[in-house]
Amino acid sequence: MPAVEHRLILKHADTPGYTPDLACYQRHGGYDVLKKALALAPKTTPDGKTLSPQEQLRQEVTTSGLRGRGGAGFSCGMKWSLVDRKSGKPIYLVCNADESEPGTFKDRQIIYKDPHQLLEGMIISSFANDVRLAYIYIRGEFVEGAKILNRAIAEARAAGFLGRNILAAGFDLEIHVHRGAGAYICGEETGLIESLEGKRPYPRIKPPYFPAVLGLYQCPTIVNNVETLCHVKHIVAMGGAEYAKLGTPNNTGTRIVCLSGQVQRPGYFEVEVGKATLREIIFDPAFGGGLRDGRKLKTIIPGGVSSKVFKAGEKVKLKGRGPDGKETVNELDVLDLPYDFTSLMAAGSMSGSGAVIVLDDSTDIVAALANISTFFAHESCGQCTPCREGSLWMSKALDRLTHGGGRAQDADYLAKIADNIPGGRTICAFGEACSWPVQSFVGKFKDEFAAKGAADQARRQNNGQAATKT
Amino acid sequence: MSEAATAKVFKPAPPVDRITVKVDGQVVVVPKLSPDWQGKLVPTTMIQACEAAGVTIPHYCYHPQLPVAGNCRMCLVEFGTPALGPDRKPVTNPDGSAVINKSPRPAIACATPVSPGMEIYANTPGVKAMRQGVLEFLLINHPLDCPICDQAGECKLQEYSVEYGQSATRFVEAKVHKPKAVDLGPRIMLDDERCILCTRCIRFTRDFVGDDALGIVNRGSYNTIATYPGHKFDNNYTLNTVDLCPVGALTSKDFRFEMRVWFLRETKSVCPSCGTGCNLLIGSRENRIYRYTPRDNPAVNGPWMCDAGRLDYKWIARDDRLKDARGSRPEVRTWRDVLAELAGRLRPATAGSVAIVASARLTNEELYLIRKLAQRLGAATDTIPHLGDGDRLLVNADKNPNTAGARLLGISAKPAGANLNDFAAGIRDGLIKTLIVFREDVTRFGLGADLLGRLDTLVASNVLPNETTKLAHFVLPGCAPAEKRGSFTNIHGRVQRITKAVEPPGDARPEWEFLGELLELITDRRAPATIEGLFNQMAGEVPAFHGLRWAALGDSGVTMPLEPGK
Amino acid sequence: MTFAVPANLEAEIDELVSHYPQKRSASLMVLHALQDHFGYLTPAAMEWTAAKLGLQPINVLELVTFYPMFRQQPVGRFHLKICRTLSCALGGSHELHRQLCAKLGLDAHAHGAQTTKDGRFTVEFVECLASCGTAPVMMVNDDFYEGVTPQKADEIIGKYTS
Repeated sequence: MPAVEHRLILKHADTPGYTPDLACYQRHGGYDVLKKALALAPKTTPDGKTLSPQEQLRQEVTTSGLRGRGGAGFSCGMKWSLVDRKSGKPIYLVCNADESEPGTFKDRQIIYKDPHQLLEGMIISSFANDVRLAYIYIRGEFVEGAKILNRAIAEARAAGFLGRNILAAGFDLEIHVHRGAGAYICGEETGLIESLEGKRPYPRIKPPYFPAVLGLYQCPTIVNNVETLCHVKHIVAMGGAEYAKLGTPNNTGTRIVCLSGQVQRPGYFEVEVGKATLREIIFDPAFGGGLRDGRKLKTIIPGGVSSKVFKAGEKVKLKGRGPDGKETVNELDVLDLPYDFTSLMAAGSMSGSGAVIVLDDSTDIVAALANISTFFAHESCGQCTPCREGSLWMSKALDRLTHGGGRAQDADYLAKIADNIPGGRTICAFGEACSWPVQSFVGKFKDEFAAKGAADQARRQNNGQAATKT
Repeated sequence: MSEAATAKVFKPAPPVDRITVKVDGQVVVVPKLSPDWQGKLVPTTMIQACEAAGVTIPHYCYHPQLPVAGNCRMCLVEFGTPALGPDRKPVTNPDGSAVINKSPRPAIACATPVSPGMEIYANTPGVKAMRQGVLEFLLINHPLDCPICDQAGECKLQEYSVEYGQSATRFVEAKVHKPKAVDLGPRIMLDDERCILCTRCIRFTRDFVGDDALGIVNRGSYNTIATYPGHKFDNNYTLNTVDLCPVGALTSKDFRFEMRVWFLRETKSVCPSCGTGCNLLIGSRENRIYRYTPRDNPAVNGPWMCDAGRLDYKWIARDDRLKDARGSRPEVRTWRDVLAELAGRLRPATAGSVAIVASARLTNEELYLIRKLAQRLGAATDTIPHLGDGDRLLVNADKNPNTAGARLLGISAKPAGANLNDFAAGIRDGLIKTLIVFREDVTRFGLGADLLGRLDTLVASNVLPNETTKLAHFVLPGCAPAEKRGSFTNIHGRVQRITKAVEPPGDARPEWEFLGELLELITDRRAPATIEGLFNQMAGEVPAFHGLRWAALGDSGVTMPLEPGK
Repeated sequence: MTFAVPANLEAEIDELVSHYPQKRSASLMVLHALQDHFGYLTPAAMEWTAAKLGLQPINVLELVTFYPMFRQQPVGRFHLKICRTLSCALGGSHELHRQLCAKLGLDAHAHGAQTTKDGRFTVEFVECLASCGTAPVMMVNDDFYEGVTPQKADEIIGKYTS
């Protein structure tokens, strides 16, 4: 069955005439789910326990199997369950709207086109977690997005969906918009928290600073991505079990896939998780529509530039279980990977923030990696040694290689630098983010890197001989 | 700080929960909780467990007296924890030992708590490779200018390079250039190219001193330690950042380019600049002092000391030091003759005709001898208090190092200095005919030149000349604390040893030596000829020091109750 | 000239500060507000921010030098920020940068932000602006432009030069 879009989050966003104001949102059933959530009564379970409305909501999210849409794909229900609810300190919710993984532009669609959906998701999530004060950390470049959110917050407050005693349910909540100022590292949740505290966004060491216990102002804090928080609304609307029927096991629901690079139809597509393969996303006329100008596929960056690349024609092995319960190993072409969290991780990469970047056979692979490494060298916060020094080192080496200063050994040189950065050597996952592309590009296209370096070296030698002769 | 630390000595330690872990195969039992930099009990970390096991973990940013930053990544180790079965109980091997699940990711030993049964692998090939990697990263942009670097010889980059360094660099890119010779403040210079951004200096001044003066500007590999333009890094603790800096980035303007550290002889002593008595090391070479650096003593100063105390050594080398003993007549100028003449004058003195202005800058042993002298002569004694500014950290308002000693030995009046008016009156009335002054200029404290002129005998012992020494009939040149041995009792009752680092100039001698000789000439009884003997005799005789032995003072001293019997 | 924050701007800033349990949290928002008003952040603006939030000026300088959106120098009246990152590079952002530089008389090979002599335009490359599906993209001050073809680029410049 060919893949089709399944629009849950973006159901209305692109409908002609749909506007980001409250009236339009309410005409489309907006805030009805919040009303439902706030009207929940305590429930007694078969085993005699009484569940508060908050506990019921959290259980629905756990049941839904929702995984974070920001990049790590961590279970949202689990994240919420780790919150220290006995500390006596306030619990904060921070919406991560710092959308900055290159290739990703999904949260932009939600914020600009359907901001109340995000607010409703946040208000429900705040209620479910006894949050009284929440922030939206929005990347600074979304200037208009911040204005749209501020307008939406004002409307919601005026309508009684925010502020004191929301919908007369005795629940108080304020949401404020906090603007970043151009730093990728603020997407890392503890870096984001530091930034929100008015400090340089240096990610915190974990242990001890797990946000669920020692987050914003050293209080328990939940940091969820924009899309994740929107899903909460739909989970509460549908019920967790019903939601979990969307997508595939362990990869439930829908997610917005961002497609960019050298395809006919770049853009965003909301699909049930795992119900579309990379091939469908890239080549299906309803999605990417294939490559441009009759070009051939060379590389897929499957989950934002920090994910490890796939090479066209690459075969990957996926473990599964046959009908008899025995473990099976299924070898398939990388294009046939279902686009979900589990399969891409099993294939040695990740779906990350849902950003697929396609490179065709005209691409200079060395230049593409140099571009990515420049980004990471620019964005490393510089707090810890391997990332601070390694990211710029790799970038300088690649810059040299793209400007004619290559050496035959540069492929190995790059790989060795990259190998000293990831694997838990750094404070945060930026160490992986900056080194995985280098490891995978150099690993999978070693001949191109080596050829480029050798050619540069040979040319310099020839020039040198020519110079000696004259 | 010192107060809290001192109190610890008297409080019985509460019972502690203990955790058994393995470090490189060696079983070690550590407390479940250990004090953090503020003394608060927090889970014991891997680095503490390794230390307990005698396994050194290389590190740059970690410092036990600062908040943990975890940024240098040099202390990464591998580890494993006991595998748990479905029943949450440890799974065992056939031989009964626990099955260990090795963590796929390393952990920083400085910030990771230990858990029961944890195994820490601190010296595997993987761990060594990580250290090599970190060290390589730290060195790629470093100028490698060791020959002209003041830190050479006490540099952690050099030290770890021996174990984890490579003889040749593979780095072929252009280095990042950063500011050199940045004048951070009146006492500190910064070379940003040598800096490894461990943030020890920032944390120290922000979190310990409370002066949020340093920060990091720019981003990534261009990160640079800086003050706000126009703002000086100038609090009374800035020089500690030079000690803290594991590399040659922060240097002391006073010390830089003066001496290679490996030529310095280090002598353990105590700072005499205030009543706190910070423990220090005197760095000297060929009879010249080049620097004081703090010596860690958790009960007194931790690893810190103030800038004022640290730089308070220059006067020791002053040219106008008192170098010659002098008697009442020009021909009396050897110590033997001067002391003989002085003894001759003192021996017949009647009770009440001699007064002694001693000094809480003298050692316990010296004050003990003065006490004996005063008892023999029937002389009244006192000391002059010197008060200044104190702070909430280390600096005490009492600028005498041995106020408590002078009080416990009965030398000071209550309060100290209260007898000076009586001395003035006694001199004026002709009752006091002899005044002996140690380490003071009494003309500044109500005993002016006119009064001193009425005395039959004025004896002044000091290290530097002043109005009193100019007027004195007898001058007895003494020693700076760095030139003699002895002990001070700090403001909280901690008795600590000072040690001789350099020779005094000319004929100057330790006060305890000539006091002992003078006493013998007057009493015909020998005083102990060594500091050890003197101290032990004092401890036997003076109740406040009962139970102490010189040897037991060790390098870090012993705290005595300030009010004996209570 | 002394640094003066108009009363209405200060009221706006006070409102922003009230959004946080700890004043320091408002740092970025205050700096945005001051930069929007004054064009760039002078030492006086940073010191004012520090005093407002009970901080040391170094705390503020640490932020201003970290976050690329803050600037300590004035820029042209129209600040063109072209996305440099991968998807836009694949989509022609370098060609766009060259075109704009040529049109405005700037050096396409120079590093960092460049401003035209008349102070009207500043052109610089920035990192990903999160609209990779409509590459190449750019911002002119707070306005966002996507799918900037050569023709569209000419139109945009035309709009700001007229």
